[in-house]
Amino acid sequence: MLDLTAKTPCDGLLPVSHGPFTLTEIVPKALTSIAPFKGQAGAVSDTLQSAHGITLPSIGGATGNGSVQAIWFGQGQYLLTGPAPDGLDGIAAVTDQTDAWATVRLDGHEAAEVLARLVPVDMRPAMFPDGTSVRTLLGHMTVSITREGEGYRIMAFRSMAVTLVHEIAGAMEAVAQRL
Amino acid sequence: MRLPCPICGPRDSREFIYRGTALDRPAPDAGTEAWEEYLHLRDNPAGPIREFWYHHAGCTAWIEVTRNTATHEISDAVLAGGEGAA
Ligand SMILES: [Zn+2]
Repeated sequence: MLDLTAKTPCDGLLPVSHGPFTLTEIVPKALTSIAPFKGQAGAVSDTLQSAHGITLPSIGGATGNGSVQAIWFGQGQYLLTGPAPDGLDGIAAVTDQTDAWATVRLDGHEAAEVLARLVPVDMRPAMFPDGTSVRTLLGHMTVSITREGEGYRIMAFRSMAVTLVHEIAGAMEAVAQRL
Repeated sequence: MRLPCPICGPRDSREFIYRGTALDRPAPDAGTEAWEEYLHLRDNPAGPIREFWYHHAGCTAWIEVTRNTATHEISDAVLAGGEGAA
């Protein structure tokens, strides 16, 4: 078999920094979308709790931390990052999404000012505290944005990785010029 | 304009796609006239209207919005699939 070289979605694009802002790539071990079957959200949450130590988040939330995390991912959908889930047969639709998304992290004092140029949702810490998550737009792309500590984890379709980095880096540079 | 998504809360209208007037679908055997009206004929009221919006860039729910075409006031927004659909 051919020995292919795996490339991350943002290979050659990141890291980037402008002024106080940094944009870095995150490469999760696995990404799995979980859509609990009707009436099974509680059972799915219990299963994740015993297998991975986290529960399903509520709407607009995220549970867990760096290595194992569950993110609310839309109506009736969640994204597990880190391990591949165990024991969900018969209670949820489970789809491997590992290579489907580009994941980046934006850091820096007042990084919300950067996102304010791109995202039609209020990203200021007071309105979007640690552990909250949205599906929204960044420019013209649909994204998932989760607040993690002082930074933001931003996910877009892998095919749009170049555009994602271009848009955010441009806004970082523009805001940095005005500081 | 902002639309109050029952799942996500108030969101900018650019996150939504307009999906037309919310009509009750006729029965399969309702006849040509009823189906022609359903497919092609629309009232154009200056006042409240029920319409579908698809929250494509948010939670991906279809919602049914009651909007006043004269004032743009939105008096109601519910999940088109019913409350259990969240
Ligand atoms: Zn929504």
